[in-house]
Amino acid sequence: MKGTEAFEEIIPLLTDEIAIHANGYICRESFNIKDRGKNFYMIGSMGLASSIGLGVAVSRPDQKTIIIDGDGNVLMSMGTLAMIAAAAPKNLIHIVIDNETYESTGRQRSLSKLVSLEKVAQSAGYIHTKKVTNKSQIKGAFQELMGKDGPSFLLIKVEPSFDKSTGRVHHTPEEITFRFMKSIKKTKS
Amino acid sequence: MLTSKVFSELLFSKGFNFFTGVPCSLLSGLISIIDDDPKTPYYPAVREDAAVGLCAGAYLAGKLPVLLMQNSGLGYCLNAFTSLNLIYKIPVLVIMSWRGEDSTDAPEHIIMGEINQNLLNTCGMEYSVISSDNYKASLNTAIQQMEKGLPYTLMVGKGYFNEGH
Repeated sequence: MKGTEAFEEIIPLLTDEIAIHANGYICRESFNIKDRGKNFYMIGSMGLASSIGLGVAVSRPDQKTIIIDGDGNVLMSMGTLAMIAAAAPKNLIHIVIDNETYESTGRQRSLSKLVSLEKVAQSAGYIHTKKVTNKSQIKGAFQELMGKDGPSFLLIKVEPSFDKSTGRVHHTPEEITFRFMKSIKKTKS
Repeated sequence: MLTSKVFSELLFSKGFNFFTGVPCSLLSGLISIIDDDPKTPYYPAVREDAAVGLCAGAYLAGKLPVLLMQNSGLGYCLNAFTSLNLIYKIPVLVIMSWRGEDSTDAPEHIIMGEINQNLLNTCGMEYSVISSDNYKASLNTAIQQMEKGLPYTLMVGKGYFNEGH
């Protein structure tokens, strides 16, 4: 499947969940399919979607937190997989769109062609890990992991396919912070 | 007098409630107290930039985070500070030990010990070097800066937070 097809499958499945989006094409794809207040879009700080997602998940155990990450990001911060496994937030699902390239910088190859990221996550101690290669598997895999206690890891193998005309996130970084915090703020009961 | 116990209690009383970091011997006493206190989670980080990300997530989710690290971790953090905290207005309190404060420290600490303040200045990040005389005022300044969405660093030399090590 193409990367864009994976986004078209996965993004509409998000309803009330918090979602942290890695930098590069990931936040651009997601933003253009469905912009949401509970989306945190990263424009820089490559590698940190996973640690930001962990910080959110452990601070808000009442909310499902989804990290939408890329293979280059995970490879850069492989140690964070250990932090996630050690903290073991039940409410965390780590989705990795793996196109085996650094697509936004010109499709240079990444190491995930040779290194199985779902095996790394499993060895680190994620409770559930799944790998899908077919578009038709995405919805079922996501719903299955949503129904289980995590931390869970979903690797989606894709072909690079990003359309460079896909727009950038319109919001400024400060607007993203403000809107995201407001959207996920605990309502007093 | 500035000790780990005094400072940890001050941090708790000011509402800091999320802690992570990468250890330094100069912070060993402070990390022990925080890690041992069941009220305050301490998440060991694998590297300092991951701790910056963790603190950012915690802040976005309503916590007041503290990052404890050695100044050797500052280099790892610079991209996170400049492309996350400073542009998104995500504050964090950094408690950074100052290895290489004088030239008698181990060789690996000498250069960073000389340039760490310049690095912070270059990034436009404010800091204080804390001591028994100024730690309360410095923390208040840090909190004021954080309320503006800015990171703030408290640098600490040898002899305050390394009890028992």
